[in-house]
Amino acid sequence: MIQIENLDTHLNGFNLHGINLTIEEGEFFILMGPTGAGKTVLLEVLAGLVPIKNGRILVSGQDVTGLPPEKRGIGIVYQDYVLFPHMTVLENIKYGLHFHKICKETAEKRLEKIIAELDLTNLKNRFPVNLSGGEQQRVALARALMVNPSVLLLDEPLSALDPNFREEIRHDLKKLHRSSNTTLLMVTHDFAEALSLADRGAVINHGRIEQIGNMEDIFQRPGTRFIADFVGMKNIFEARFKGSKAVIGKDLEVDLGQRPSWDQGHIAIRPDDIAITREKVAANNRNSFGGVVTSMIDQGFYYEAHIQVGELTFKSLIPKKSLVQLSILRGTKVFLSFETIAVHTIS
Amino acid sequence: MRQNELFFWLTVSFSLLILAFILLPLIEMMTAPSAPMLAEAIRDKDVMRSIWLSIYSAAIAALISFILGTPLAYVLARQDFKGKRLVEGIIDLPIVIPHPVIGIAILGVVGKNHWIGNILADLGARVMGSVTGIITVLTFVGLPLYVHAAKNGFEGISPRLERVSRSLGASMFSTFFRITFPLAWRSMLVGIVMCSARAISEFGAVVVIAYHPMIAPVLIYERFEGYGLKYSQPVAFWLVLVCLVLFFILRLLTLSNKKKT
Repeated sequence: MIQIENLDTHLNGFNLHGINLTIEEGEFFILMGPTGAGKTVLLEVLAGLVPIKNGRILVSGQDVTGLPPEKRGIGIVYQDYVLFPHMTVLENIKYGLHFHKICKETAEKRLEKIIAELDLTNLKNRFPVNLSGGEQQRVALARALMVNPSVLLLDEPLSALDPNFREEIRHDLKKLHRSSNTTLLMVTHDFAEALSLADRGAVINHGRIEQIGNMEDIFQRPGTRFIADFVGMKNIFEARFKGSKAVIGKDLEVDLGQRPSWDQGHIAIRPDDIAITREKVAANNRNSFGGVVTSMIDQGFYYEAHIQVGELTFKSLIPKKSLVQLSILRGTKVFLSFETIAVHTIS
Repeated sequence: MRQNELFFWLTVSFSLLILAFILLPLIEMMTAPSAPMLAEAIRDKDVMRSIWLSIYSAAIAALISFILGTPLAYVLARQDFKGKRLVEGIIDLPIVIPHPVIGIAILGVVGKNHWIGNILADLGARVMGSVTGIITVLTFVGLPLYVHAAKNGFEGISPRLERVSRSLGASMFSTFFRITFPLAWRSMLVGIVMCSARAISEFGAVVVIAYHPMIAPVLIYERFEGYGLKYSQPVAFWLVLVCLVLFFILRLLTLSNKKKT
C-alpha cells in the first residue's frame, strides 16, 4: 500500500501541491492528466529521485520519505525505456540482482519466468540498439520486475509505441498484474487506455489531484469542468439550475430529470450521447432542440458535427454512414436530442 | 553549393590557405634537420631527459586532473545551482590568462612570502625549480580542458539511466561505476589526452616557476637562444612527434565515438 500525505514539491517548472493519495496493496492504479500536469514528477517523487518540500510517503506502512531510491523497493519504467545501452538484454534484466541478496535458484527461476512471460527468449544476447520499441519496453519491464519491487511505477509505457505493439504491451501489463502481487501505478494521458486497464485512478492537473475514484465513476461523473473536458465531454455549458431544469446560454432550458443540489455550475454532455435527426423527437425523458449544422470535422470513422442552437454550439459524433442516410451538409437544419440521464451536472 | 559559383571557390581557396598556413611551418621544421643531427639529438642526454620530463609531468598533470576534475565535471553536468555560471567561468580562467601571468600568480602563492608557501617549505616540498612546481603549473593549465571534455561526456548520458539504476537498488557509487563511467569513459579519455597535450606544450608559465629541471619547450628555447635555429630544430622535431602521437590518439577516439552514436 502506498500512502502519500500532504505532499508538496518545489522544483523548476513542475510543482505538486497538497497531494493526498492512497493506493491499495496489489492495485492497478492509474494517474491521468494532460502533458505537464506533474504526473512524471509524482512518480519520481515516489521513487525518491526528486526531492520534496513537505509531506510524507509511506509504503506498506513504512515511512520512506527519507530513504534513498535504492532502499525503497520501488521500480520505475520510463516512457523512453532507458535500457542501459552498453549491456545486452540479459545483462539489463539481471542488473538489479547485483544489489539484492537473492539466492541463485530463486533468481534463476524468476528470470526464466519473466523471460517466458514477456517473450524475450530470442532477444537475450542482443543490445538495446537492435530492438524495436515494443521489445525495449518489454525488456524495461522485465528489468524492473526482476528485483520484485513492491511497487512498480510506469510512466506512459504505451505512448511511444505503434498501435499494434500498444495492444501487446497492454495485454502483458494485465497479465503481469494478475500473476504478481506488485502494486502498479501507471501514468497516462490517454483516458481510453486508462479505462481498459485499471479499476481505480486519479486525475491530476497543474500539480493538484482533481479527482480520485473508480475509473467508471470518473468517466461517468466527472467532478470538475476540467475532468469533464478530459474524459471527452465536449459539450460543457455554464448553467443556472431551476428545479430539475438547467438554463444554459440565454434561455435554453435543459431537462435534467432530477434536481441537482446546487444552484449553478456546469452541465456536460458527451458528443456520442447527442443524436441528430431531421424530425423533432418528442419523448418524455429526452431533450430536443432545433439547430443548424455549422461544420463537420472528419474524425476517421465518425464526423464531429457542430450544431448551432441559438448562440450555443453543440458537438455530436455521428457515424459516416448515418450522415449519408440523413443527407446532412453544412447549413442543414436538424434536430439534436439527448436523454436526460446523459446530462451531467457539475457544481 | 554549385561548383561554378564564386562563393564556392572562395570557400575552397580560403580553406586551402588556412591548411597551408598551419602545415607549411611545421613541415619545414620537421624536414629541416638532417638525419645525423636528429640522431645526435636523440643521443643527447639533456634532450631525452627533457622530453621524458615533459611527457611524464604532463601525464601526472592529466592524472591529477582526472582524479580531481571528474567529480567537478559530474556536478556541473548534473546539477543546476546558483553560481554555476560563475564556477564555470572560474574553471575557464586558466585558458584566458596569459601564460607567464599564470606562472607569476602561482609563484605568489607558493613563494616564501605566502603562508601556503611557508607551510610547503616546512613540509619540505620545494615548488620553485622542481618537478613538483612543473606538475603544479601543468595541472593548472590542463585542468579546464579535462573538465570540459568530461562534462560534455556526462551531459550526453541521460540522467534517467542513473535514476533507473538507483531504483533497481544501486547506490550512487555503484551507479557511477556501472552505468555512468562505462558510458562516459571515451569522453574522459579524450579529456585526458587534451589535457596532457595542452600540458606538454606549456612554456610561458613553466619557465617562470622552473627553468630547471628543463622540460622540452624550455630546452628548445634555450638552444634557440644560445645556438640558433639549427640547433633547436632537432629537439623540436622529437617533441612535435610526441605531440602528434597524442593528437592522433585523440582523433581516433573521437572518430570511434561518433561511429557508436
